[in-house]
Amino acid sequence: MQHRSEMHRRMRSRNLALLAILLGLALMFGVLTYVKMTGGA
Amino acid sequence: MDDASGSFSGPDVVEVSDFVALLKPRVMSLVVFTAITGLLVAPGTIHPFVGFVAILCIAIGAGASGALNMWFDADIDAVMRRTRERPIPAGRMDGGVALGFGATLAVASVTIMGLATNYVAAALLAFTILFYLLVYTIWLKRRTPENIVIGGAAGALPPVVGWAAVTGGVSIEPLVLFAIIFLWTPPHFWALALFYESDYEKAGIPMLPVVVGEKKTRLRILAYSFALVPVGLLPWVMGFAGPLYALAAATCGGVFLYRAVRLYRTTLEADARRLFSFSIIYLFVLFAALAVEQLIGRLI
Repeated sequence: MQHRSEMHRRMRSRNLALLAILLGLALMFGVLTYVKMTGGA
Repeated sequence: MDDASGSFSGPDVVEVSDFVALLKPRVMSLVVFTAITGLLVAPGTIHPFVGFVAILCIAIGAGASGALNMWFDADIDAVMRRTRERPIPAGRMDGGVALGFGATLAVASVTIMGLATNYVAAALLAFTILFYLLVYTIWLKRRTPENIVIGGAAGALPPVVGWAAVTGGVSIEPLVLFAIIFLWTPPHFWALALFYESDYEKAGIPMLPVVVGEKKTRLRILAYSFALVPVGLLPWVMGFAGPLYALAAATCGGVFLYRAVRLYRTTLEADARRLFSFSIIYLFVLFAALAVEQLIGRLI
């Protein structure tokens, strides 16, 4: 049981990390698009 | 890896810290630092956020190079004291995971660089990563004692990439910064090789002390140091650095030469360590002086 819960803990933290990376990338592309559209770069 | 039954097989104890280790954070910090300087010295303006993304891409590109290097070099890393605790030789990570991680980061960093800044910067970043992997890691490292001389080009390119991110091109100033790091690399790594000589010998890597002996290595260190110090003054001579930089480059250059001459004469391992440590300070101080002057110039 302990083994299984350890596996779930790892999978959850891995999924959270992936979600954070994807949200970070989305935010970055959002800001980049805004900067480019407003002629800031 | 998890299989269908939900049980573990293989090295599935990969921690976040192992992925961080793959990125070679200490090398990355020097890359980021020199790239920021290249970006600051470049004429023209870049939106702060775009500049941030450019530096992030260079950092990720450097990390990707580190991961791909650790994937390819796992066999020799396992033999050497300095590297045997890295994630793959220590058995904490599968080589394929490092390869996938490195390749993904490499492609992502180049793509985002192209989208965020321009394609010259993206192409230079791609060239840097490929040069480090193909020319240095795969081709030269195990074949010639000139490995780090030629391979040093990869480590010298970040300020050029930073410059290109702002200007969309390359000119003489970033090439001078390139030359400083390029000439700095051999004395830096040969000093390290002098006190890890037995490791390199055991792993069969033809580092200079292993191939030509310590005496000739110390002479080559001295020769490169004498070439480096005047080139270190070029940014001031050419007018894109001010008096603070000149003072830093002259003072640190003097200490660098003193350390190199001392190493040549004393033959002590402690002097090799001192030169190695000071070489890091040298590069840091020169690029910091350049960056600080630029920042002060912009604020006034």
